Amino acid sequence: MNSIGEECTELKKKYDDCFNSWFSERFLKGDHDDSMCASIFKVYQECVKNAMKQQSIDFKEVDKDVLGTDSEFKVPPSDNSS
Amino acid sequence: MARYYENTTIFNFSWDQVARGYWKRYPNPQSTHVLSEDTWSRQVKDGCLYTKRLLTKTNRVPKWGERFFSAKSVKIIEESIVDPEKKVLVTYTRNLGYTKVMSVVERVEYRPSGPGQTVAKRSAWIDSQVFGFSRAIRAFGVDRFRKNCNQMVSGFNHVLASMFPRAGAPPPVAHALKEMRGAAAAARATASALSGVQRS
Repeated sequence: MNSIGEECTELKKKYDDCFNSWFSERFLKGDHDDSMCASIFKVYQECVKNAMKQQSIDFKEVDKDVLGTDSEFKVPPSDNSS
Repeated sequence: MARYYENTTIFNFSWDQVARGYWKRYPNPQSTHVLSEDTWSRQVKDGCLYTKRLLTKTNRVPKWGERFFSAKSVKIIEESIVDPEKKVLVTYTRNLGYTKVMSVVERVEYRPSGPGQTVAKRSAWIDSQVFGFSRAIRAFGVDRFRKNCNQMVSGFNHVLASMFPRAGAPPPVAHALKEMRGAAAAARATASALSGVQRS
């Protein structure tokens, strides 16, 4: 899959490979230390942030958390009474 | 008022497999509309993995919708939480920008269901605030969402099947070959029977 910045795609692939093996071989097995991919993630992030700046993407909107907060939409209660 | 839509899908893969496959969903043969995918933030907190990704997708709208929604692509924020202890993966996606024209919020919860099976419960809220057109846009949004669901599921299944080929179940190509050989044998039998008829 491509990155939003063409120049970041190589870094993204490297990071994704690292993450996927960390996720399968460590995280799902109970090891929560996430330092394994930290350095490649940092380089990749810088690249993506630059690419996003160039496309004038609103960082504030991206940063906003919704899942797990009060702004999250709630599933309506299923209507079993009718 | 937003229109609400929900459905449930069963994947014939274990929860661990679905969670691993989730990050590799794109590209797949059904995802040609997904243009890019990036990880914006990621951290482990209280034993759960919190991720936020930014996706860009092509924006497919009918002719009448172009006056409201001329953008060629839309940006989508996908938040997710993986709880490996409870075996729950929750994803929450929303579009970035154009939310007054149409906002689509989708929440999917993946949980184990029986041996080697995972259930995905999908909820979606579709809204529009375009004066005089909100009803039509919402109806269009729900319809498009419903159609996309099937593509999403078959695309995800494709990725899962290639990541975790089943022992015992023949791969699709071998299966097709077997079928073709069977059909060829049947055709030969028919041909020889026919030639027998002609000779007599």
